[in-house]
Amino acid sequence: MANQKVMIVGGGLAGLSAAMKLAELGVHVDLMSLTPVKRSHSVCAQGGINSVNEVTRQQGDSEFLHLDDTVYGGDFLQHQPPVKEMTDWAPKIIDLMDRLGVPFNRTPEGFRDQRRFGGTLFKRTAFAGATTGQQLLYALDDQVRRWSTEGKIRLFEAWDYLGPVLDDHGACRGIVGQDLVTMEIRAFPADAVVVASGGCGLIYGRSTMSMVCTGGAASRTFQAGAKYANAEFIQVHPTAIPGADKLRLMSESARGEGGRVWVPRKPQDPRPAADVPENERYYFLEERYPKYGNLVPRDIATREIFNVCTDEGLSVEKDRLCVYLDLTHIPRHTLDIKLGGILEIYEKFQGVDPREVPMKIFPAVHYSMGGLWVDYERSASGGLVAGSPKNQQTNIPNLYAIGECDYQYHGANRLGANSLLSCIFSGLIVAPAVANLLKGSKGTATGQPSSLFETARTEHQAAHDRLLRRPAGGENPYLLHQELGQVMTKSATVVRHNKALGEAFEKVGQLAERAERCSLSDTGNWTNQNVVFTKALKDMFPLAKAIVLGALQRDECRGAHFKPEFTIPGVDATDPAERRRLAEAWCDRFEANTQKWLKSTIATLNEGEVALSYEDVDTSLIPPRPRLYGLVGAELIEEVWKGRQAAKAITPPAGKNPSAKPAPKPAAVH
Amino acid sequence: MSDSHTNGHSHGPRTFEVRILRQDSPDGPSYWERHRVEHEADMNVTSVLQRIAARAETIDGKKVAPVAYDANCLEEVCGSCTMVINGRVRQACSALVDKLLADRPDEIELQPMSKFPVLRDLCVNRRRLFRALEKLHAWIPVDGYYAMGPGPRQSEEQQELAYPLSQCMSCGCCLDACPQYGKIEVVRREGETDQQFAARENAIYDLNFVGAHSISQVIYYNANPTGKLNAGERLDALIAPGGIQVCGNAQNCVAVCPKEIPLTTSIGRAGRETTKRAFTKWFDR
Repeated sequence: MANQKVMIVGGGLAGLSAAMKLAELGVHVDLMSLTPVKRSHSVCAQGGINSVNEVTRQQGDSEFLHLDDTVYGGDFLQHQPPVKEMTDWAPKIIDLMDRLGVPFNRTPEGFRDQRRFGGTLFKRTAFAGATTGQQLLYALDDQVRRWSTEGKIRLFEAWDYLGPVLDDHGACRGIVGQDLVTMEIRAFPADAVVVASGGCGLIYGRSTMSMVCTGGAASRTFQAGAKYANAEFIQVHPTAIPGADKLRLMSESARGEGGRVWVPRKPQDPRPAADVPENERYYFLEERYPKYGNLVPRDIATREIFNVCTDEGLSVEKDRLCVYLDLTHIPRHTLDIKLGGILEIYEKFQGVDPREVPMKIFPAVHYSMGGLWVDYERSASGGLVAGSPKNQQTNIPNLYAIGECDYQYHGANRLGANSLLSCIFSGLIVAPAVANLLKGSKGTATGQPSSLFETARTEHQAAHDRLLRRPAGGENPYLLHQELGQVMTKSATVVRHNKALGEAFEKVGQLAERAERCSLSDTGNWTNQNVVFTKALKDMFPLAKAIVLGALQRDECRGAHFKPEFTIPGVDATDPAERRRLAEAWCDRFEANTQKWLKSTIATLNEGEVALSYEDVDTSLIPPRPRLYGLVGAELIEEVWKGRQAAKAITPPAGKNPSAKPAPKPAAVH
Repeated sequence: MSDSHTNGHSHGPRTFEVRILRQDSPDGPSYWERHRVEHEADMNVTSVLQRIAARAETIDGKKVAPVAYDANCLEEVCGSCTMVINGRVRQACSALVDKLLADRPDEIELQPMSKFPVLRDLCVNRRRLFRALEKLHAWIPVDGYYAMGPGPRQSEEQQELAYPLSQCMSCGCCLDACPQYGKIEVVRREGETDQQFAARENAIYDLNFVGAHSISQVIYYNANPTGKLNAGERLDALIAPGGIQVCGNAQNCVAVCPKEIPLTTSIGRAGRETTKRAFTKWFDR
């Protein structure tokens, strides 16, 4: 219908791919972004983008195995149909990006080169140097620029999304935004809104994320009534460069190209790395995980690096926890061609050439697997119904979420080089979903009563004015942010304990109250970054609470969520009968735990307080199985497990209908 | 985890001064202001600006509004935080305090970029830079986004030539350092709508120099096997007013580019190709 339009919030890979596809489908798009879209956080993605390809296919790989690696790596917490659809599309997405001009690295014959990433044994990852995210973003930015010169896409850059506009029936009819230069607050009617606002790493103070990744847009959508799922699943990347303002990512591709992680066997060995002989080096990932070596999934690499430094006291430095990531055995030219971008970052910020001296790295908060809850329509073949308006729609009608700010694809742990894929994929599939929604809707958002938009605008204006009028002498938002970051980093990252989480939950609540008493050091109405930051800070608390409460209540270990009190110990007996008994007991515990905890955490806000419920996960394509990376007695447990699965296959349990998506049902926590 | 990053090699609290050229609004006067910042390990100019925002107090103890600045990725791939630091245009995130203080002890000087209109303090409006990319058709004009198989095969050699050019993050350093790139400030007229203003602004930008970054992008897109199909369009845009002929060959661009993009090589190639294009068109008349 004429005059219909879509508002996209965010101009990273997800937002831009949705915008260009919608434009192709003839839908008018407005796109709002905090920053010029070319400067979005997607530029920080380094290593590459995954898909099955012609070479891996002939080595036994398939779309199904990519799905399997993704859900196994994610500890089965994601609904499988959307992941199946994504891995089916992956080869086509990389072909499309190739056509759009992304300078992927090439083989001598001129094909796209591929490298290996964590959590798989296949070389599935296409890459453009070590700045793949930047290159993919630029290609999409080009396409959006092309449409915008034709007037099909309008960009509102340097605008802040303040929240959706909902009508009396709770359906989304547009958004309210604020111009970051003039501070004008304006309502934008829209027939559908797509939130593509990325991650929320700034809740942790310093992370690998960019300054815009406050989670503000997701939080504002959550506060408007959208469900937020799996908040507690925050990926801590194994390898980052510590810094005063940011923890800079050191891509997994460094290990994909042969980088080795080690520490000297002698604690804080004072010798330079090069002088430590081979037999005095502890390649702990290779020793403990002979199959995957340095390319175990991220949650495992992170925990091992963390443990080797803390519990085992083998940090390279005494005052600063770190391990070596060593590339010095790889020829210089190869490094420059395949990893140039990230090595330059290390060199620039650390003043040391990583081609000559091993890098010193440590884990850092990196990615949010959780996010806004979104729906999908399952197809008969177990994938998605193409173009269904349900795909990527939140529980608020006409409001969609895509990219890192949705919860859909990565379960309890994301595999490296799968996020660029999920961002572009969700952007491409949301476009026909929205276009079909628009086709089926009567009237347009612009036809809504103007009072609806004026009321929403006035409310945001009043809140803004109140903030500016706060009396002096109150809390300092920047210092509160530092405190929040410390609390979150200490309690809700690599290793989680209920006592610390309980304390953190209270502390976050106190900080949230103090944030209500912030004073501004700038009370003007021109490029006031102080008030914009204070708003973003206040909006961090609902998500911070959802993260901490989700972690507190989830009494198990799953992917990135690790609670030592709830690990299931491996089989370390020697007597064969006892071993068999322990393995059976292990599998019993695993099954009971799956029954209880293989559920999405759903957070809602009830009068400002976070309430949690739990929803079943569609695991109809690949039955959940134990993740046994590096576990003592893994072979025996696997044997027992397979025996049980085989027995089940003969007598399927009654009453299961794998083609229906499980209905949401709240589950008891204890 | 961040607690692991304690300062292992500090020499007690040490401070340094930061002198900042501030401006409250586009039409307001600019003025210098001095701040004192406590030294920390591994500081960069962005973290200095974060400390200044948190404190919001000058060296004389006067309470002031935080200094406005742009920053995003903090690892020199987004281009946001470009400013003039100790007289040189560069990114604030990769300007390390210890190195700056080694060159000029006890003081760091910050100014906004000189060729773009100041919005406030260190924030400038770089829309003109993106407009140049529109003018020069900086994209691959694919038929559409349906699956059509892979793009054309390309040699390793070609990828290795293209990749450095594709790393341009539109930061604007090359423009700020260019003697031929003048500052243009278009003031909005009373009653002008967003669209009217943007159209008038574009028309003015289009008559003025596009700058090294976008000339290099023309070479990048024209070298792509699909982009090549409409290379002529981009070359024509490069011959139009404000095009490559404005370049005075000062070579400042390549000296300041943080990504070390071979900008002058691109300009040289663009010069030859536009000349060829002009001749062909003249003979084909």
